[in-house]
Amino acid sequence: MTAPPPPVLHLGGLGFERGAHLLVQRALRALRPGEELGVAGEDPALSVHLRAWCRGHGHRVRAPGPGEGGVREWVVRGRFDLDRWSDAERAGEAGPGRVLARPSPAWGLAARGALVESGGPAGPFDLADREHVWADVAPSLYARAAAEQWDPASAVDWDTPFELPEEIERAVVQVMTYLVENEQAALVVPARLLARIHPHFREVLQLLAVQAADEARHMEVFTRRALLRGGALGTSSAGGRQSLDTLLTEADFSLASFLLSVLGEGSFLNLLGFLERHAPDPITRRITGLARRDEARHVAFGVAHLHHRATLDPAFRARLRAAVERRHDALVDTAGLNQDVFDALVVLAAGEWTPEAVARGYDAVVRLRAEMDEGRQRRLVHLGFPPDEAAELSALHTRNFM
Amino acid sequence: MTLLMGAVAYDPKTVTIWTGFRAWLRGRGLPFDFVLHSTYERQVEELLEGRSHAAWNSPLAWVRASRMARARGRRVRPLVMRDTDLDLTSVVLVRHDSPHTTPLDLKDGVVAVGAVDSPQATLLPLSLLRRAGLRPGEDVAVRRFDIGTGLHGDHVGGEREAVRALVAGEVDAACVLDGNHLLFAQEGTLPPGGTRVLAQSAPYDHCNMTVVDTAPSELVEEFARLLLSMSAADPEVRPLLDLEGLTEWRPGRTTGYALLEAAVDEAGFYDSAGRITAREYEP
Repeated sequence: MTAPPPPVLHLGGLGFERGAHLLVQRALRALRPGEELGVAGEDPALSVHLRAWCRGHGHRVRAPGPGEGGVREWVVRGRFDLDRWSDAERAGEAGPGRVLARPSPAWGLAARGALVESGGPAGPFDLADREHVWADVAPSLYARAAAEQWDPASAVDWDTPFELPEEIERAVVQVMTYLVENEQAALVVPARLLARIHPHFREVLQLLAVQAADEARHMEVFTRRALLRGGALGTSSAGGRQSLDTLLTEADFSLASFLLSVLGEGSFLNLLGFLERHAPDPITRRITGLARRDEARHVAFGVAHLHHRATLDPAFRARLRAAVERRHDALVDTAGLNQDVFDALVVLAAGEWTPEAVARGYDAVVRLRAEMDEGRQRRLVHLGFPPDEAAELSALHTRNFM
Repeated sequence: MTLLMGAVAYDPKTVTIWTGFRAWLRGRGLPFDFVLHSTYERQVEELLEGRSHAAWNSPLAWVRASRMARARGRRVRPLVMRDTDLDLTSVVLVRHDSPHTTPLDLKDGVVAVGAVDSPQATLLPLSLLRRAGLRPGEDVAVRRFDIGTGLHGDHVGGEREAVRALVAGEVDAACVLDGNHLLFAQEGTLPPGGTRVLAQSAPYDHCNMTVVDTAPSELVEEFARLLLSMSAADPEVRPLLDLEGLTEWRPGRTTGYALLEAAVDEAGFYDSAGRITAREYEP
C-alpha cells in the first residue's frame, strides 16, 4: 500500500500580508511533526513571507524538487506549537456548578475553564480557598444584582417640588452626610477584598464589584440630596470614623463580610427602612428605598457565605464571636454614633418642634435600635449561634450602626 | 571559574533575557555570568582580549571576531545558533506601482537602507546591487537611516524608517530583512500589497554564540549542551525562548557567512585583521 500524497494548500492570490498564515496554520494543525504540506499560490511575495513566517514558528521549508510543479514551497511541520501546549491544563470547568476547592494560583487571570498555557505569572490572589469566599447563591445573586441596577439620573425625580422647614432640612442633610460616610466604607471594604479573590470564584468577584457599584450610586444620591437646597454638608464625628476604620482593617474575607454585611448593613436595612417611613420629602423617601433594596442583597450574600462556612466548620463561629469582641474592645472608649446624627433622626421622626412630637420621634429612634438588635440576633441565630449568645453579641455591635 | 558571556544591550529586554538565562544555567550547575556591552565592536574586542569567553554576536561581529582571531593566532567558532537565524534573506522593495522590474532599473535612483553597520538592511543588500551591476553611491544614491549605530542593525528602527521613506515616495527602493517585510506589513507600517520584492539575496545566517579558544573548554561544552537541551515543552524555558526569539538552539555553523564576508570586503567595512575601516562609522 502506498502512503497518501502529502496535502497541498492552495492560497490563490492570498498572501501573508493579508492573513495567509491562518490557512497555513490550520492546515499544519492536521499534520504530525515531520510531515509535509505543499503550499501553492500566486502572491509574488509568497515564498519570501512563507519562509520568514515558518522560521519564526519552528517549521522548516524546502523548495520543490523536479516533478513537484504547482507547489511553491514544501513546509515541514515542526513541533514548537505542540510543545508549547503539551502540559497545558483546563482551569476547572467554566460553569459555576463545580468550582474547585483550591484553584491553582498559576492560573492567575485566566478565565475559569480556559486551556491555560503553563509558565505564566502566578496571580496575586491570596483568597484562593473556596470555603473562605464562596456561597452557592453567588451566581443567582449576581444575576439579580445586575438586573436591579438603577440610574440615579432617571430613577429619582430630582425636580419633584417640596418645601421643608429649615431645621428639618438640616436634619436631612446631617443624616445624608452620615450615610455618605458609611457608604464610602461599604464601597472600600468589598473593593479591597475583591482584588484579592482568585478569579476562579468569578461570580463572587462580580457580585462584590456590583456591590461596590451600588455603594457608588448610594454615595451619589445621598450627596445630591444633601446639596439639593444649596446648603453645606453636616458633621463627621471622630468616633463614627473610628468605628468605620475598624471595618477597613479586617483582613479576613469572612470576618469582614460578617462585620460589614451581616451586622453593619443588616442594621442599615432597618435604618433605611426608618428613613423611608419618616422621610419628610419624596426624594429622601425614594433614595433610601432604592438603597435599601440594594443593601438587602449585600446582606443576603454575607449571610449565605457565612452560613455555608459555619455549616462546614462549626468552630468558625468562635472566630466570628472573637471578631465582634475585638471590634467592640477597639471602640469601647469611643463615642460611637455621632450625637448630631442621633438628634437628626429624632427630628426627622418628630417632623415638628413640639414636645409631643419630639417625644414621639425619640421613641421611634429607640424602636429603631430595638429593631436593629432583633435583626442582628435573628441573623446570628441563622448562623447557628444559640439565642442567648446571639443577644450578647448583638449588644456588642458598634453604636455607629454600620 | 565562571563562564563569562558578552551580549549587547540593544534593548532594555536584554537584561530580562540574560538574567533569565543566567538563572536557568546556574540552576543546572553551570557557573555562568554575562556582561552587557554598548556596541558589538566593544564586545568583540573584549572577547579577543580574553576578558570574556563567549559573545552573543551579530553576523557582522562574527566576521570581525574571526578576522581579529586569525590576525592574532587565535581561533573562534560559533558554538550554537538560534534556529531562527538560519537561512535568512534580505529583500529590495519597491512600491507596487513602480515601473522597475530588475535591480538595474534603480540606476540614477535612490535606495533607502538601514544603519551603516546593518548586515541585513545595508551591507548585504548593497552587495546584491553591486552584483547586479550598480555601484552604490555612484550609479544609485544611498539614503541611510542610521538608528542604533554600533548595534549592527539589531535596532529595527532603521529598516522601519527606510520603508516609510519608500511608502512616502521619497526613495525608489528600500532594503530590509525578509521577516521585517512581513512584520511591517502585519503591523501596518506597509499597506498590504503596497510593496513588491524587486530582488532577494541568497540565504545567509545571522547571529551566533561565538566562543574563543582561550575559554575553559569544559564549561564551553556544558554551555552548549545545556542550550541545545532547551525545549519549548519546559514552561521554565519557554519564556526565555520567546523573549530571545527562537524555537530551539542548533549547533553552530560557519557556512552561512560567506556573503557577508564578501560584502564587508566590498564596502571596506573591516580590514583583514578586523580593524574598523568603514567611513562614517562611529559606534
